[in-house]
Amino acid sequence: MRSLFYLVCSAFVIGLAYWAYKENYKTQASLKEVKELQQQIAHEKETIAVLNAEWAYLNRPDRLRELVDLNFEDLQLIPLLPSHFGDSEMVAYPTTVFDSIVEPVTVIGGAQQ
Amino acid sequence: MIRTPLRPLARVIDARKHGQNPDQIEAAERAKRNQAVHQKLRKRAEGRLTLLGLAFFMGFAAIGGKMAMLAVSEPMEPKLAYSGSKIYSQRADITDRNGAVLATNLVTTSLYAQPQRMINPVRAAEKLAKVFPDINPEKLLKDFTGTRKFIWVRKKISPEQQQLVHDIGEPGLLFGPREMRLYPNGSLAAHILGGTGFGKEDVRAAELVGVAGVEKYFDARMRDPAQVDKPLQLSIDLTAQATMRRVVAGGMKIMDAKGAAAVLMDVHTGEVISMVSLPDFDPNERPRPLLKGDPSDSPLFNRAAQGVYELGSTFKLFAAAASLEKGLVNENAMIDIRGPIKWGKFKIRDFHNYGKQLSVMDVIVKSSNIGTARMAQAAGTQTQKELLGGLGLLQPTALELVEATHIKPLVPKNWSELSTMTISYGHGIAATPLHLASAYATLANGGLKVQPTLLKVDAQTAYGARILKDDTSKTLMRMLRNVVTRGTASFGEVKGYSVGGKTGSADKPKPNGGYYDDKVIATFASVFPTDDPKYVLVLTLDEPSIQAAGEKRRTAGWTAVPVTAELITRLAPVLNMRPEVAGSGKVQYTQVKN
Repeated sequence: MRSLFYLVCSAFVIGLAYWAYKENYKTQASLKEVKELQQQIAHEKETIAVLNAEWAYLNRPDRLRELVDLNFEDLQLIPLLPSHFGDSEMVAYPTTVFDSIVEPVTVIGGAQQ
Repeated sequence: MIRTPLRPLARVIDARKHGQNPDQIEAAERAKRNQAVHQKLRKRAEGRLTLLGLAFFMGFAAIGGKMAMLAVSEPMEPKLAYSGSKIYSQRADITDRNGAVLATNLVTTSLYAQPQRMINPVRAAEKLAKVFPDINPEKLLKDFTGTRKFIWVRKKISPEQQQLVHDIGEPGLLFGPREMRLYPNGSLAAHILGGTGFGKEDVRAAELVGVAGVEKYFDARMRDPAQVDKPLQLSIDLTAQATMRRVVAGGMKIMDAKGAAAVLMDVHTGEVISMVSLPDFDPNERPRPLLKGDPSDSPLFNRAAQGVYELGSTFKLFAAAASLEKGLVNENAMIDIRGPIKWGKFKIRDFHNYGKQLSVMDVIVKSSNIGTARMAQAAGTQTQKELLGGLGLLQPTALELVEATHIKPLVPKNWSELSTMTISYGHGIAATPLHLASAYATLANGGLKVQPTLLKVDAQTAYGARILKDDTSKTLMRMLRNVVTRGTASFGEVKGYSVGGKTGSADKPKPNGGYYDDKVIATFASVFPTDDPKYVLVLTLDEPSIQAAGEKRRTAGWTAVPVTAELITRLAPVLNMRPEVAGSGKVQYTQVKN
């Protein structure tokens, strides 16, 4: 009876040891994964920051103004003036349906001959 | 084990033979057995004690060992900590009032050299000079072959340049990551943002330190790890700022001015919506400050917040405000304007002869020096000081710019009655355009003190103490409106926006006393719309002149006023202000955005 008890106990201890061993490796693998993910997140955040900076740079008022000048023939944009405010009474009921703009716009000077 | 009986037969027989008591044998035998049992028990107890001692020892050893380990090991970041709060950049972004980025960070690379690891320093120096044309190869070679062990070659390089340096293939040329500050809009808000520089430097990283403007004023806030994720939101409107800079730059060119400053301020909150000082600079490549000469000649000089100028007749409105507030006059009271007023050697004259008397309204409209001097004289020095002090014209402004915090207006040391009279028309007192803008904001918003600020104010809770009565403020606005409709600022009319304002042209002081005859500071302080004031716009032109109507004109009415009119024409729509046209206002609109 007693030896059976010892046997069961030792088997139990071996089992626990094996479990602990497995858990240890699993934890280490998870930690490694977390570290990789964190690096990935850091990288993504850096990319987002770069893209945000680039977006702000491409949308800087100076550049937009240049683009407006370059595309004046197609878009005919002029600075917003007080005379551009209208009354709803001034709007006529639409008779024609406008096509959407499908023509490309020029982005770089000199591209348009 | 052989078991010994208590009464061994052989010994009992032997004892009986010799007439001895066999019970003694039994007793001896029993004692022997008891001793054996005793010894056994004692051994077991000893064993248990040892085991227990061992257990305790191991327990203490484990705790002690762990403590020792903790004491000697390097601290480490917990790997499992939540990554959302992790810091990825060391300086917070700056945005405008609508969230457009004004300043952000980028990761770039720095290039340094370790000559002792170099294989061919001559070739490295030559090739580097080709990649960076502004590097002097002789100096570089001298550094590479000298005794130095570490040399910064470039603090910021682009990825293309990094590739070219890689291609040199020199093991002594090394790269380090480096964060840099980027101002995507270039010089647009240069004086507001200021700039940054590198603080403590290392090959792995470098501190980014604010060196001017809001970057320096809020340096601690920008670098605070707890707030680094939250951008600093300024009151500046990027679109308005871009419009203003363009129009002011154009106006400065047409008026042949040396410099210009403009401030647009919300009269209710004191928020600076736009502030321009020209000439300006690119904060990405901040120029070095001038070492000699007048610092105001440097593009770094912020004319709007640092430039202390005599702002001339724009101060006349304060004299009128003081008299009206004290109840000494109303707008129709007649003032004696016969002149000149003689005060010792000093004479106060008007530009034109306006007759014998003018109403208070007309004194402002026609800009009579004598009239305002008389009003100020009647109101007294104390009243003038109190009003100017209340409007913040005697102290540095509270604007969050490191340059502006110590700019105090220049006032006479001995504030005599003559000073009171000259100050009433803006001579003998010098303040920044920003001071003037915040004082006009108080006059315009119904008489409540506002603090100029560069931070976005959420609610309109920024009002301070009451300086003037609401009625006084309304009268002053009527006066400003009249200056535009029939006075010195007739070029300032912008249809639909009910512009009001006061011109001011002051001769520039010479550096060693006296005034120039042909150099002026032309200022136009305007409020729009005067029937329900929303914005104050102050424009100052430094040494403007224009050939108009047959002669060379320098006064504000010919220079600053037309530029301001153009500014308002362009700014008001951008600020979402609909012009008030006669006959409109019957229809109700719903604002729709897409």
